[in-house]
Amino acid sequence: MTPQQFDIQLIASLSAVACALPGVFLVLRRMAMMSDAISHAILVGIVLAFFAVKDLSSPILLIAAAATGVLTVALVEMVSRTKLLKEDASMGIVFPVLFSIGVILISRYSGNIHLDTDSVLLGELALAPFDRLVIGGHDIGPLGAYTMGGAVLLNLAFIILFYKELKLSTFDPGLAAAIGFSPALLHYSHMALVSVTAVGAFDVVGSILVVALMVAPPASAYLLTDRLPVMILLASLFGIASAILGFWTAVVLDASIAGTMASWTGIIFLLVFLFAPDRGIVAMVLRRHRQRGDFALRMLVVHLLQHENEPNALDECRIDHLQDHFRWDQVFAGRIIKLGKRRGVLSTAGDKLVLQQDGRVLAQRAVSES
Amino acid sequence: MNPLDIFTDYTLRTVSLGAALLGIVSGGLGSFALLRKQSLMGDAMSHAALPGIALAFLFTGSKAPLVLLLGAAIAGWLGTWFVMQVIRKTRVSQDSAMGIVLSVFFGLGLVLLTFIQKLPTASQAGLDKFLFGQAATLMEKDVITMAVLGLPALLLMGVFWKELKLLSFDREYGDTLGFAMQKMDLLLTAMLVVAIVIGLQTVGVVLMSAMVVAPAAAARQWTDRMGGMVVLASLFGAISGVSGAVLSATMENLPTGPTIVVVLSVVVFGSMIFAPRRGLLFNYVRSRRNSQRLQVRAVLEDLYMLSLQHAGEKRPHPVQTLRAMSWGHGGVERSLRELEERKWVTQLPGGWVLTTAGELQAQQHAGEEKS
Repeated sequence: MTPQQFDIQLIASLSAVACALPGVFLVLRRMAMMSDAISHAILVGIVLAFFAVKDLSSPILLIAAAATGVLTVALVEMVSRTKLLKEDASMGIVFPVLFSIGVILISRYSGNIHLDTDSVLLGELALAPFDRLVIGGHDIGPLGAYTMGGAVLLNLAFIILFYKELKLSTFDPGLAAAIGFSPALLHYSHMALVSVTAVGAFDVVGSILVVALMVAPPASAYLLTDRLPVMILLASLFGIASAILGFWTAVVLDASIAGTMASWTGIIFLLVFLFAPDRGIVAMVLRRHRQRGDFALRMLVVHLLQHENEPNALDECRIDHLQDHFRWDQVFAGRIIKLGKRRGVLSTAGDKLVLQQDGRVLAQRAVSES
Repeated sequence: MNPLDIFTDYTLRTVSLGAALLGIVSGGLGSFALLRKQSLMGDAMSHAALPGIALAFLFTGSKAPLVLLLGAAIAGWLGTWFVMQVIRKTRVSQDSAMGIVLSVFFGLGLVLLTFIQKLPTASQAGLDKFLFGQAATLMEKDVITMAVLGLPALLLMGVFWKELKLLSFDREYGDTLGFAMQKMDLLLTAMLVVAIVIGLQTVGVVLMSAMVVAPAAAARQWTDRMGGMVVLASLFGAISGVSGAVLSATMENLPTGPTIVVVLSVVVFGSMIFAPRRGLLFNYVRSRRNSQRLQVRAVLEDLYMLSLQHAGEKRPHPVQTLRAMSWGHGGVERSLRELEERKWVTQLPGGWVLTTAGELQAQQHAGEEKS
């Protein structure tokens, strides 16, 4: 691994963690699309600030962009408060307009400087290691690592300081407001953090990857745990994993790093969606399969108990009678009988089903429960 | 080039025809998306379409518009399907599911695009116009493809008009009536995907969702009727599409998608301000007029109360007294002038006094309030 490759992975991982931290709360508060709106709209702030100061590395760009992010949130709320448009529609109009203005300004007036429409969408992660932070003549590392490291610390500090408030207002906004936490203040601080993080990451990974990093890893974590600290940790780890896997995939395919990172956040989500131990699709299908078997077995033992000492018992307890009585096909009936034998609730004698003592208990319990 | 060349220049005529077609289709179908609160779904769909374009090119090696747009439609539909599955099967909410589909599909599309750009074949260029759209590259075959895909979608909208309306406004009622609402839902989603993909070359994946939402949002302000809304939205879509596309095709360094979106935003915000009945200006005037009417009435009643307290004696009361009684709501002088015009009060040297007509009027008001 060359030093450049290490730097890229470091910056990408830091960006992933910086995005995952506020992203957890975006996902929990059902505001994930806000990251899309903010990451697009900040472009116009960056461009206008650049026209004012003519310097791409000026901190004013960062401040202006973050302010634009918060302004976007306020604007969306303002438009939807007129009640003329629903919130989704007002978001769907406000941020494309701001983004469009930014794109038009870039393509008309900025000529061939660093800002161009491709880097807006894709970021320039591959170039990030060459932008060094030099203090007093000493090269102390890539600038991107410091910006994104700063964003991680800022987000972490906010979450630790306002952990209780954030948790309460996320899971029970009514109670939080009643107790006296200002929901608006928390909301806007959160949005400001999303904006600042998006601005930092925007430069490195582009606007679309900001959305991927803010939404997909927290959503994956959300399917794996019910505990907030675990979710935050898992989301960060998934982010880092996407960053590193994405980098090496990009090296192999010679493709856009931002694109492969976004793809990996999606692959991780897909894997969790399918294989999560409790909420995954596979676990759900298996559970349903098992429940169906359990239920059918209970029906069967109740049926056997019902007819155990009746004159027509021989008729009712034949294996091939199940197909008429329960409308089970042969395969399913076979599966249930096997399940019953394994649990020791019934046995077979020729083509007859014989109830065992455990089966009687199970049947009686099933009847008395209902 | 001059925008007026639209009537003589062949390229410009093609571009405007395409943009108009696009505006009509996306405006009409967008009306349903807006009413069903699926505005952001369009965003997810259009971003999700990108890998479809790239894959269609990779598999077929063809850049025929129909092939690319079919790829886009399949990918867009797949993205929507995935959002639906995630919402239905897990506790992840719709906005997160859309965010994931939007960014991941788009990321995948970028990977494929960078991959394609490095292929040794000479014909790979030109796919990146799908990012922000390039109206100037529209050719006759593109417009024909747009028509082949878009017009059937509009036709289907006409055929299933009643069912789609039921789906959008009262799905449960539609179910009880025995209409296949589930199938209508699928059909409408498919139509929306079509509306989005036919705009990808002109407006681009990044901004196409605005082309769906904005005309409908503007049209919604002017009417409460579905038919009117669809017609108006198509009109707004066509006008903005054509003016944006022509501007961008005639001026240098003016990307089409963003230009159309900016034109559209003017239409939307203009409609929100100036539309009759719903518009902000109309509402402001109405609420101001209402509060003025209430102020006039309050001053009249105050004067009546004063005259009752003085046992019907026709005695003038100074403005200051009335102002004190108005609880700071203001408008006392203006109200007095209006009352004077109606000859319900007159001004005497010591202040204002009710006329006989004014007294009758005030009595009537008092009666209204009791009943």
